[in-house]
Amino acid sequence: MESTIMKKERKGLVLFSEYKRGEGIRKALEVGRENILFELKSSKLKGRGGAGFPTATKWMLTAAAISEEKFLVCNADEGEPGTFKDRVLLMEYPELVFDGMVIGGYTIGAKEGIVYLRGEYEYMLKSLEDYLEQMRKDNLLGNKILGKKDFNFDIKIRLGAGAYVCGEETALIESLEGCRGESRNRPPYPVNTGYNNRPTSVNNVETLASVPHIVLKGGDWYMKVGTDKSSGSKLFSVSGDCNKPGVYEMPWGTSIRELLKVVEAENTKAVQVGGASGICIPESQFDRKLGYEDAATGGSIMIFNKNRDMLHILKNFMEFFVEESCGQCTPCRIGNVKLLEGVEMMEKGEFTFDYIEKLKDLGSTMQVASKCGLGQSSPNSFITILDNFKDEILNKRGNGAA
Amino acid sequence: MKKDKTSRTPVSQQPFEVEKPTDTNTIGGTVSIEINGEKMHVPLGTTILEACKEKKVHIPTLCHHEDLCVAGVCRVCVVEVEGFKTLQAACAFPITSPIKIKTSTPLVRKARRYVIDLLLSEHYGECYSCIRNQNCELQDLAHEYGVDGYTFGHVSKPTYEKDTSSYSVIRDMSKCILCKRCVRTCIDLQEVGVLEAIDRGDKTHISTFMEKPLADVICINCGQCINRCPTAALHANDPSDEIWEAIDNPKKHVVIQTAPSPRAAIGECFGLEAGHSMTMELNTALKRIGFDGVFDTNFTADLTIFEEGTELIIRLKKALVDKDASVKLPQFTSCSPGWVKYIEHFYPEYLDNLSTAKSPQQMFGAIFKTFYAQQKGIDPKDIVSVAVMPCSAKKFECNRPEMNSSGYKDVDYGLTTRELAKMIKEAGIFLPEMPKSHFDSPFGDASGAGLIFGATGGVMEAALRSVIEFVTGNKTEDIFANANILPLRGFEGVKYVELPIANVGPVPEILKHLVPSWDFLKGATLKVAVAHGTANAKKIMEDIKAGGKFSECHFIEFMACPGGCIGGGGQPIPTTPEIRKKRAEAIYGEDSSLEMRKSHENPHVIKIYEDFFKEGPCGHLSHKLLHTHYTKRGKFIA
Repeated sequence: MESTIMKKERKGLVLFSEYKRGEGIRKALEVGRENILFELKSSKLKGRGGAGFPTATKWMLTAAAISEEKFLVCNADEGEPGTFKDRVLLMEYPELVFDGMVIGGYTIGAKEGIVYLRGEYEYMLKSLEDYLEQMRKDNLLGNKILGKKDFNFDIKIRLGAGAYVCGEETALIESLEGCRGESRNRPPYPVNTGYNNRPTSVNNVETLASVPHIVLKGGDWYMKVGTDKSSGSKLFSVSGDCNKPGVYEMPWGTSIRELLKVVEAENTKAVQVGGASGICIPESQFDRKLGYEDAATGGSIMIFNKNRDMLHILKNFMEFFVEESCGQCTPCRIGNVKLLEGVEMMEKGEFTFDYIEKLKDLGSTMQVASKCGLGQSSPNSFITILDNFKDEILNKRGNGAA
Repeated sequence: MKKDKTSRTPVSQQPFEVEKPTDTNTIGGTVSIEINGEKMHVPLGTTILEACKEKKVHIPTLCHHEDLCVAGVCRVCVVEVEGFKTLQAACAFPITSPIKIKTSTPLVRKARRYVIDLLLSEHYGECYSCIRNQNCELQDLAHEYGVDGYTFGHVSKPTYEKDTSSYSVIRDMSKCILCKRCVRTCIDLQEVGVLEAIDRGDKTHISTFMEKPLADVICINCGQCINRCPTAALHANDPSDEIWEAIDNPKKHVVIQTAPSPRAAIGECFGLEAGHSMTMELNTALKRIGFDGVFDTNFTADLTIFEEGTELIIRLKKALVDKDASVKLPQFTSCSPGWVKYIEHFYPEYLDNLSTAKSPQQMFGAIFKTFYAQQKGIDPKDIVSVAVMPCSAKKFECNRPEMNSSGYKDVDYGLTTRELAKMIKEAGIFLPEMPKSHFDSPFGDASGAGLIFGATGGVMEAALRSVIEFVTGNKTEDIFANANILPLRGFEGVKYVELPIANVGPVPEILKHLVPSWDFLKGATLKVAVAHGTANAKKIMEDIKAGGKFSECHFIEFMACPGGCIGGGGQPIPTTPEIRKKRAEAIYGEDSSLEMRKSHENPHVIKIYEDFFKEGPCGHLSHKLLHTHYTKRGKFIA
């Protein structure tokens, strides 16, 4: 069974460390819900999708919600440009992800887990289904898992249809329900009324994959890795101008400079942390640390060397958002178009500094006025690239103040 | 928390509905909040918008509409809530914990202004050439927020081609601001589902199935989307230019019929509060504009009661006396053209239940070009018949190919309340100042029964006022005080009334040739129901399909629009539950002020049966001119 899943030799402190399928589930069922939540809470594990919401809190809220039916959803819609770590976890470490889901289902009281798999990952559907089938045979899924009375849990996989916004948890739920992928108003939150109006915990692949290790080895052990505000380790999907692109597990708190060294990047001008919706960091700030408290990321690290044109990069990002906004709220739908138009003006050298400042101001308004995380984060690269590479972009082009 | 689990909208996105605790000190019943530093208590689940409204703090809105579920997409109502990093949409934020709200900080004002600027940048509109000029929510907001230029540019050319395929509704998507009120109206309020957002990002737009023209999809023409569109992206297909042309043509004899609902609402177009009926003033205005005859649609509403009532009696007799299994009951009303198209699309297998009687509008049209033409000695080809209706579907109805049994189009133009108001203004007339005058002969003034057709339950009430007297020989007043059949009134979505027939009287002369005696109804219980809005119609239809209690009804009134005709798609904008209530009150008030309040007492109707439809209701000629047939359309689009 596992032969269909290619396993590379990877090394890491947590996720890429030794783990035997089912171990986490066994321990979890042994210690019970309260202890799982206690360990999770002391581990300070935060959501790995990028938003960084404390996982223990999310599970506690879902567990506390009163309902005859609850759901655990694994967000595998990995759509942020430059991330591919969930793909590695699903293909090479499915035992971590699925065991994490079973533990989550047990903790919150769900009978059903749903993997929302990115449409482009359809190729792994078969092997994942086979893997789940094997888990059923081994009593790691289905009724009375590992003999535990009253614990029935199964997992199904649903494919996305390619919309970036469906990585946002409420849009993901809309999509699961068969609707157009559009984010919902919050509050109320999915932990109370989520999938099919039932309490639902939506967790990132990597978050779930961290859970079995925490359950096995304890929250304190996990806290030893990383920083105080960003505990544990993180998978970084590194791409761009470096000799060793790929997925790396590193403790939170690693500085950008350290990371660049590991992946053998030279002549680096800028690092985009957090994908298209992330921030762009110039060389002068390479000592900044990766973590929720400083340079946060869902995993995407894009490296640009000194031959790259920052405006071109920005244009690429903005074109992405213009297309990928779900189109429901005004700031995101039209705001991104205006930012892209601004980039095109700068490209042609036909702009005024006043107008560019106005657009930055618009960007900061979009950050607070948009309906969901997409529109709230889409101006990040516009603002940080213009802030950090002002000379390159504005002063070199045209006459500047045309 | 009352939530509709059958709705398409996720429960989490439906507004909280919490009963206000009578004792505000109840623990947990209310939440203490602060709006701009002022403390107040609100019931749990109140939205920030509602709380602000109570505190007289004005919050601008665009995508919010009282009739619709929450959207929270335009973002113009954003406010600051302490503890939140981002601004929150006031319309979509249910208050469940003590929060502090600020509604007019620099950040809030800037965000609102930018949202308006962004919308204006993509909204193709030169206000002075716009059908919604001075009645546009976007224009109002731009004014309110002091927009004095286009910060982020402005489109100078239309971005989409207009869809003018429909007789009723025109879609001008270049003016659409994607508030999705039309989408929510169509699918949530009406449960038709013609409109939806398609594509995404900057290409997002509202469209139909496979982007087909509106005339080719299952649109029922109810025009509820028009009533809720904040801009002119949706508007009715306006025939006023053609009507002016006919008026100005001396060879044409232009007659106009006015329905009760436009009369109860047109004052709103002239700045009056909702709830002023302007029937008599309107008569004068129309004569001054140059119409050659001004008539009351209620005359044919009274006629409808005869025709539809007789049809019901025939059905009942066939079913109960002749035991004819092919007779379809309950009989459905057929005067709402939106409902007719709805049933043609969604329940074509029930078309035989639909009364074959034409709507009052079409009956009058047929009479103008036959009886009226004879009386006046005018060649029917020179008569142009116009109908002022609260309705956009009436435009489609008058263009149905089968509506020409006289050899001419029954009704040439259907005009909405809004369009008529515009014509009156164009003629230099300020309606509220007009002296009063009566309708023209030979049809004269009609009964109050015809009048109340305009409100949901009205057709049924009008029918019962006559049926009770025909069958029992007693007065309606003996059962219902002042002949006001209150159980049929009000805005409850579905109403159901049972009426036991204890004793029967003699059969009136006009019906004797059809039913020799009422004995078959003695001891029976007449069961009737009323639904308004097609979402409620659907509830009844599904119940009938499942063999529920409504399948045992004898007669059911269906109106496509919420509130009935007074909430029609041709009525003045805006529309809210409150406005519809006032319009209904105006209609019921007018009814109770009349002497003649029952259709069968209308002497003009009795006379037309004596002089013209000599075989009586449902006779040969009335079948030819006053009845119609329907088309099985189905839901699937070729």
